[in-house]
Amino acid sequence: MAASAEEEKPKAEGGARARPGSAALHAQLKGIAKSYPAAEGHGLVHALGPLDLDLYAGEFMAVVGPSGCGKTTLLETIAGLTAPSAGTVAFEGREVKGRVPEGVGVVFQEDACLPWLSVWDNIAFGLRRAGAAAEDIRARVDYAVSFMGLGSFAGTYPAQLSGGMRQRVCIARTLVLEPRLILLDEPFGALDQQTRLLMGDELLRLWRETKATILLITHAIDEAVMLADRVGVMSARPGRFIELVETGWPQARDSRIVEEEAFGRLAAHVWSKLRGESMKALGREDDGGAGGRP
Amino acid sequence: MSRASFVRLAVVAGFLLLLELLTRTGAIDNLVLIPPSEMVTQLWSMFRSGALDAAMAESFSNIALAFLLSVTFGFTAGLVIHALPRLRRLADPLLASYYAVPFFVFYPLLIAIFGLNRWPLVAIGFAFGAAAMVIATLNGLDRVPRVLRKVARVHRLGRGEEIFLIILPAASPHLFTGLKLALAYSFIGVLAGEFILSGGGLGYSIAYAYDAFDNQTMYALMFFVLALAVLLNAGLHLWEQRLLRRRRRA
Repeated sequence: MAASAEEEKPKAEGGARARPGSAALHAQLKGIAKSYPAAEGHGLVHALGPLDLDLYAGEFMAVVGPSGCGKTTLLETIAGLTAPSAGTVAFEGREVKGRVPEGVGVVFQEDACLPWLSVWDNIAFGLRRAGAAAEDIRARVDYAVSFMGLGSFAGTYPAQLSGGMRQRVCIARTLVLEPRLILLDEPFGALDQQTRLLMGDELLRLWRETKATILLITHAIDEAVMLADRVGVMSARPGRFIELVETGWPQARDSRIVEEEAFGRLAAHVWSKLRGESMKALGREDDGGAGGRP
Repeated sequence: MSRASFVRLAVVAGFLLLLELLTRTGAIDNLVLIPPSEMVTQLWSMFRSGALDAAMAESFSNIALAFLLSVTFGFTAGLVIHALPRLRRLADPLLASYYAVPFFVFYPLLIAIFGLNRWPLVAIGFAFGAAAMVIATLNGLDRVPRVLRKVARVHRLGRGEEIFLIILPAASPHLFTGLKLALAYSFIGVLAGEFILSGGGLGYSIAYAYDAFDNQTMYALMFFVLALAVLLNAGLHLWEQRLLRRRRRA
């Protein structure tokens, strides 16, 4: 079971489905902490942790937290893009050190399309680097193009696409490599609410089809609650898990789940945990919710 | 052809027509300026007689050498300076004030170093072009989005692959600007050097015609150099537009 901040053990939200005990441990963070030099050049900023986290094979986990709590640092640490100041990360039993492990795919918040390549070539980029056979590349890229609804845009360039379409290209580029662990750093952050809901549906479809483990970093509570099996709620900086909420959703779900009563309850519960931390992040005292409601 | 290009061409053509009119009617004395049509005629006859062959060969080979050296050195130096932040802090103020240095005063020193041959002029052309390429390379590398470097790491690219597959294509719009400037500066450096200091080349031929009151030859050569600069720039501009078209929003 996943762990959280030292002083507070994670709790499952009432009524949530328990994770099957048979799920294999896929990635594990032990005592992860990250500090970096302050901008003024003296002292250290304690950005993250220490925290522990167990990610199970095939699960969809989302992480929410106040701005600046270290969500992206957490994702980059798992990916091997950032070295932790303390603690260890293991992926499939091997320690992650200095290099992104084979089998890990990352989708970034920013537009990470390669503007000089067409949509098709962007998606094929990783496969070509990995030395895949031309036939294999063609088959896998064509499938990803079609799966992500990019069929009529395969020959166009990223600059000619909307933000949502470009993010689909980046997801497809990750997807074709068939990663076993997909790390998503606020991939829909720049999109409008409707597009985000629909992209969420596509993400769930992708997750069911690939059976990959997904860790989604997001600032949107509704997105986290709608998509994930588990929602990790982080404290203000230095970020630690203050609660891990099990959503208990069935695997075959889509954005219509937001109409359910349980969705509202879960989102409210996550917000109740997050509100005080968000106020701390803004430098205000937690008023315990007083004055918030008419 | 776009409307803007058409208007630009029309302005140039109109200006030439006006000069033709003013010089033909005597409004501008032919001792001051000859009609553009005469410049073209004179230039054509010089081409046909082969009078320009040696000067062109000398100038163009010097410009080509200065350009190649400045691009190669400028790009490499840009990569090295970018990779070493301490060197960058040292180099930035020098690069910012680089073009305040009057390089032509070093011509005697360059002759002492290289001898009386083409290399002092190539060195001046190189000195003009190299800094533009260094600055453009630094600008390009500075502007490679950090997320693309992360993409390289996620795809487990080696350092060389990262440079050639991600960094250089991402920086290419700025590198192309560096190429254009390096060519223009090499052109200016070599021709101006020939004009002031040398005993050969197109620049020297213009200076010689000027000293000999040979207006026909002088204006024909000036017209040639001007047309060449415009054509080179236009060619590079078209190439750049073609390369960058795909990066622009529809």
